[in-house]
Amino acid sequence: MKLTLKIWRQKDSKSKGDFSTYELESVSPDMSFLEMLDILNEKLISQNIDPVAFDHDCREGICGSCGVYINGRAHGPKRGITACQLHMRSFKDGDTIWVEPWRAKPFPVLKDLVVDRSPLDRIMQSGGFISARTGSAPDANAVLIDHDTAELAMDAAACIGCGACVAACKNASAMLFVSAKVSHFALLPQGHPEREARVLNMVAQMDKEGFGACTNTGACEAECPKSISITNIARLNREYLKASFK
Amino acid sequence: MRWITVFLNSSIGKKIIVSFTGIFLCSFLVVHLSGNFLLFRNDAGEAFEVYSHFMSTNGIIRFLEIGLALGFILHIFNTLRLTLENKKARPVPYAVYKPSENSTLTSRSMFYSGLLVLAFLIIHLNTFFVTHRVIGTDVTMYESVVESFKSPVYSWFYIFAMLLLGLHLNHGFQSAFQTLGMNHKKYTPLIKFLGLLFSIVVPAGFATFPVYFLFFHQ
Ligand code: SF4
Ligand code: FES
Repeated sequence: MKLTLKIWRQKDSKSKGDFSTYELESVSPDMSFLEMLDILNEKLISQNIDPVAFDHDCREGICGSCGVYINGRAHGPKRGITACQLHMRSFKDGDTIWVEPWRAKPFPVLKDLVVDRSPLDRIMQSGGFISARTGSAPDANAVLIDHDTAELAMDAAACIGCGACVAACKNASAMLFVSAKVSHFALLPQGHPEREARVLNMVAQMDKEGFGACTNTGACEAECPKSISITNIARLNREYLKASFK
Repeated sequence: MRWITVFLNSSIGKKIIVSFTGIFLCSFLVVHLSGNFLLFRNDAGEAFEVYSHFMSTNGIIRFLEIGLALGFILHIFNTLRLTLENKKARPVPYAVYKPSENSTLTSRSMFYSGLLVLAFLIIHLNTFFVTHRVIGTDVTMYESVVESFKSPVYSWFYIFAMLLLGLHLNHGFQSAFQTLGMNHKKYTPLIKFLGLLFSIVVPAGFATFPVYFLFFHQ
């Protein structure tokens, strides 16, 4: 495959960035999107051009670090996958592909396609934890949880903190992420001691970081690589309402 | 009392106020629409006059009117705040952005449909409320209605505004329940269906008045 790539290049968070155009030949349809970027970078290095910086780690859709905006969509044109799980067969020979970093005020661009996602970490620090008894391991199944609730909690726990929900939302809202974390803990008995404080603190931190507010467009759910449902956002609102008035 | 200000200034707090007032304003639409159907009685506006006289003089109704004004003010004030904050959250736009792949146009243009409905509301209040209740006039409310709708410009504008109201309600109705935390696998499909029905029936109901007076009324 022959591709034209329009990639956002930005030296550091203080510089102004712009798009650079690169032509890439003999791209295999079986390559992942990140492998295609690797090939591009090898070519750039051989030409003494600074390679394109992008985040990646696991390359199998579980770490959440590889988020980029591809042709106007978070993680590219396919649903329910990360950029590292996207294959070049999703594109056509001769295509032009636009690659941009996540755009949100709380996610400043560090370099090229890499953004600073530490606001999500600070939200986690403000309440995304439980108190657990130290000492010997508790007996398995000592705390009974019905199957459906466990499934709901596990679905919420699938969030990998990639930030695609923020990136895709027209309001740059982080509510899908926060709702996934709040739901994961609120659904399980282990999360109950900090239940109210957690939701109040996490929402306060989310607002402080400067994320927008959800207008229920559902863009986040559609673009989330883990297909986290916006029913979690309803649960977040419920939890917040209850905790505020308690 | 600090918790109240924290709640009212939080993103979710503001959203909840918008949803709550939104549902309240929906109930007002129903009342307003059902009263207006008296316009269809073939009595040269007699029943409608009695009704509009009652609405403008009854103490309880006047009191409820304050609540209604407050409902509008809170709904608009909080959406304005949220919209400004949301705009601020994405200072650099995407070069290529395809929101149509992940959401509906109606859900994304609530601010604009709301703004146009507000423009309609101001003109509408000026034609009827201000003329009759603030300035005062010898013309009856019924005569005013007939007169206004005889103008094709006003009637078509009214119909257009109802279309926008329909779009606004189409997303707004079910969205309000979601924001209030009411999302349930048994009831949400029902709420969505009711929302769709509401967003068609209520604006279409209102649109029957200009259509009637413009085309069918002698
Ligand atoms: S909710 Fe989905 S899109 Fe948002 S951070 Fe988690 S995995 Fe990524
Ligand atoms: S690199 Fe880990 S999810 Fe893509």
